[in-house]
Amino acid sequence: MELIDQKTKTIMEGCKNRALAAGLDLPLDTLEYIVTNRDLIKLSPKVMIPTLYDYWVNDVEILKESGRYKLYPSNPYETVINTRPPISFYNDNNPDWLNIMIFYHVLAHIDFFRTNTLFANTWNDDFVGKALADKRLIESFRSKYGRWVDYVIEFARSIDNICAYFKELPKINLFPEQEPGKKLEYLINIFLPEVKKLNNIEILKYIDKYNYYCELNKETAENLFFADIINIFPEFDSYFEKYETIPDKNSDLLEFLNEYSPFLNRKENQWMKSILTIIRDTALYFAPQMRTKIMNEGWASYWHNELFLTDDRISTHETQYAKINAGVTSISRIGLNPYAIGLRLFEYIKDKADRGAFSLEYDRISDIDNRLNYNKNTGQGLNFIFKIKSHFSDFNFINTFVDQEFVDRYNLFVVGKRLDEDRNVIQYYIKSRKAEDYKQMLIDSMYHPPLIRVNIEKTTEDNLYLEHEFEGKQLYKPYIGDTLMGIEFLWGSQVSLETTEIRVEKTKEEKVGEQKKFIYDRVLYVMKDKKLSKTKL
Amino acid sequence: MENSKESKISPEINEIIEKEKRLTENLRHTYNIVLNQNADESLIITGLYDINDIGLFLSFRHDNQTLKLQTLDELLERDKQREKDGFPRRIRLGKFIKPVKGNKEKIVVVPTTTEPKFYHDDTITEDEETTGGSGEGEEGEVIGEQKAQPQQGEGEGQGAGQGDSSDHDLIEDAFDLGKIITQKFHLPNLQPKGKKLSSTKLTYDLTDINRGFGQYLDKKSTIKKVVETNILLGRIKPGEEFNPEELIVNPKDQIFRILSPEKDFEAQAVVFFLRDYSGSMMGEPTEVVVTQHLFIYSWLMFQYQNQVSTRFIVHDTAAKEVPDFYTYYKSNVAGGTNVYPAYELVAQIIEKEQLYRENNIYVFHGTDGDDWEENGQKSIAAVRKMLTYINRMGITVAKNSWGSDDRKTIVEKYFEESGLLKEKSNLIRLDAFKASGVSEERIIEGIKKLCSEK
Repeated sequence: MELIDQKTKTIMEGCKNRALAAGLDLPLDTLEYIVTNRDLIKLSPKVMIPTLYDYWVNDVEILKESGRYKLYPSNPYETVINTRPPISFYNDNNPDWLNIMIFYHVLAHIDFFRTNTLFANTWNDDFVGKALADKRLIESFRSKYGRWVDYVIEFARSIDNICAYFKELPKINLFPEQEPGKKLEYLINIFLPEVKKLNNIEILKYIDKYNYYCELNKETAENLFFADIINIFPEFDSYFEKYETIPDKNSDLLEFLNEYSPFLNRKENQWMKSILTIIRDTALYFAPQMRTKIMNEGWASYWHNELFLTDDRISTHETQYAKINAGVTSISRIGLNPYAIGLRLFEYIKDKADRGAFSLEYDRISDIDNRLNYNKNTGQGLNFIFKIKSHFSDFNFINTFVDQEFVDRYNLFVVGKRLDEDRNVIQYYIKSRKAEDYKQMLIDSMYHPPLIRVNIEKTTEDNLYLEHEFEGKQLYKPYIGDTLMGIEFLWGSQVSLETTEIRVEKTKEEKVGEQKKFIYDRVLYVMKDKKLSKTKL
Repeated sequence: MENSKESKISPEINEIIEKEKRLTENLRHTYNIVLNQNADESLIITGLYDINDIGLFLSFRHDNQTLKLQTLDELLERDKQREKDGFPRRIRLGKFIKPVKGNKEKIVVVPTTTEPKFYHDDTITEDEETTGGSGEGEEGEVIGEQKAQPQQGEGEGQGAGQGDSSDHDLIEDAFDLGKIITQKFHLPNLQPKGKKLSSTKLTYDLTDINRGFGQYLDKKSTIKKVVETNILLGRIKPGEEFNPEELIVNPKDQIFRILSPEKDFEAQAVVFFLRDYSGSMMGEPTEVVVTQHLFIYSWLMFQYQNQVSTRFIVHDTAAKEVPDFYTYYKSNVAGGTNVYPAYELVAQIIEKEQLYRENNIYVFHGTDGDDWEENGQKSIAAVRKMLTYINRMGITVAKNSWGSDDRKTIVEKYFEESGLLKEKSNLIRLDAFKASGVSEERIIEGIKKLCSEK
């Protein structure tokens, strides 16, 4: 692994200046390294962080990927990691014009990392440096506790995907004095909507009331306001007292174990907590990347295209560029390419905003020609996508902007897959061209870990009681046992998991043929002494 | 290989080969010295000005990851330890298979592992898998098809690979796999049955390829290269006649075969792999049988230190020998089933080539238990004959999902009736199980049954 040479660095800096002029947010210092394909195989299990802690699963992965590389050698173009300063990796045999394209792509990623709100928790971190410190700590544990360190890593990692990432997120945008009191937060966020089942407009009235008291006198506002509340809801105080006794960490299992596990709280096991913290921090660090894949790649593809074509240094290489660019950003006939969809959607949104088509007026036009010719020449398109880029996640992005016009413009459709038993082939067919189906298909294929909470009331020192919030999908059964075994180790005694399982009952009705009927069973898994049992609730 | 060498190489060339051999020996010597010099480099003592900021502060540049990487042995040792600590094992075997031109395959065996976590599982609730797509077409239109049997290996990959060296790759990696299996599952060792072990030696053969110079001009490759160059130069245009005399020949276009040292193994064991490839085997039974045979093949190769030669036979109503594992693996027909032709073919090969004189002979047969010859007379007769000179015959019956669990298949029945399984239990074993949803462990268990001493 070497820094790029002076000549290439000059090219990079040239790209940076042009990107800055185009409005991207970039730091002055960035690090670029040349890596070989072998280096990359070793880096990828460590999510490209060279300083990440060592762990045997990564070694297995490296052996496996080296095996694959023997058969399928391939050149990854680039990777960039979100740290301060940003670091990116390149192959050493790229021609200059290709480097220009790749640099622009990387620079747009860097801009994305620095400005998208989902990354807010990472904005001040030198993650590579932090990881190095963690790695050294883990190494020192290893010399003391041997293989048990790896067991703790393994069990902590087995629940690192259910960290409460979104719970951490709102905290950072507020100054301490802006934080609402706990009582107020409970009233607005939980008591009124969940206990009293009020709708948003009714809740807004209470907020207005509070703000009114604030304007009169900030000091006394809260007292006066809650005096009113008690008048309306005499039971509020007792509800709030009960709420206060519940630890609010119950939605983040790793955090909960760290705080309350009888096993980890034993004096001789204190060191394990550091590992849980490291695993949790690492998982949270990568959480925003998984939730912004389409946007991030779309944004980078948008900018490498914009900036490359206007770069005077690349003339005569346009055709070579076009070929590679097409390879990266063409929409597949069958399959999903986040680069292609993200790019198309950004382009579509920009065009629509430029025409002023995000408006009630436009929505009311039903005549197709009038819609096509609608153009208010707002010139706001670029500004608009910059805002979208900063404040949206993949889900919002897709859910808000994928509409029939978008689907039609790019000829998109949902592909279905079915078995033709007579000919023993799998057929792919156009299932739907409806925007809502396409949107649903995209949303279904997005990263979404299950929500598993600790039920505080049912949890005792001898039984950790977990509840899976059922969202229409059951848990992947083969992994439940092994995961619970790890949690049992970390809790020190029995662990229960309440979840919902789906059974299919096939009913044969005349003429309609086979129909699937789903039966939902609430079940309880109990892991005790490494033995798993299941009962129906 | 011996024959082809004799037919191609004249005495003159042979002399050059001898000379080249001596040269390569010398070369190897100098190379070793260079290596040693490199090794000494770590001992250089730094002076006052040898250390600088970049070297010190960008410490991960010097973080030699290969040093910290655990070897497969260490990883397996760790996996064994897990069992002692009361946790399930985690390392499994995986294989990448890539078909290359000329009906050969490259197989790379790799360890794999999974990290269990809570994941959503939407296989049940979704009626069918969906993905995105784009382009022309009406709703309902079929836009692509794929063979329903799962494709082995990965679909990505570029280029055709190096056709010539593929055999070597398979052997090397099968050797690795054998090592894993032997260590992981403590398979009993097969005893060498009193035949003398042959030592490995190096032979030299014209197997490597070099451009520009060498001993033996590979005319076909050279012409290909010349044509390629001239297409690039625009001297050959598609669809137009051209005069071969006008073609430009770049010296680098000449492709030569050059000498390279090859390990030569004298086979000590011959293993016959027999597989029913009739229609009823489609799907899981085939997958089970082929996987098991790959495991056995790999394991024997480990046990016999590469001194195993293999023969592959597929049969439906007739039997035929196929040249390599790839063909063996991929072949499929939809026909009926007769077992005896396969057994007879084995017996015939063994006798004709007098294999029993120098070799341990193993026969492994995989079937779904179906046979049109219901009393199995011919099969049993052929097996009886074989058993006089083979060391072990292992029959795997991977039952199809439609049969009930306890119902015996035809093959099972006539082997039992013949009494062979009890009479010659040290020579012949039969293992029957249901093919659907068979785990790797069950397959390995099967190998144990087929190969154990007792």
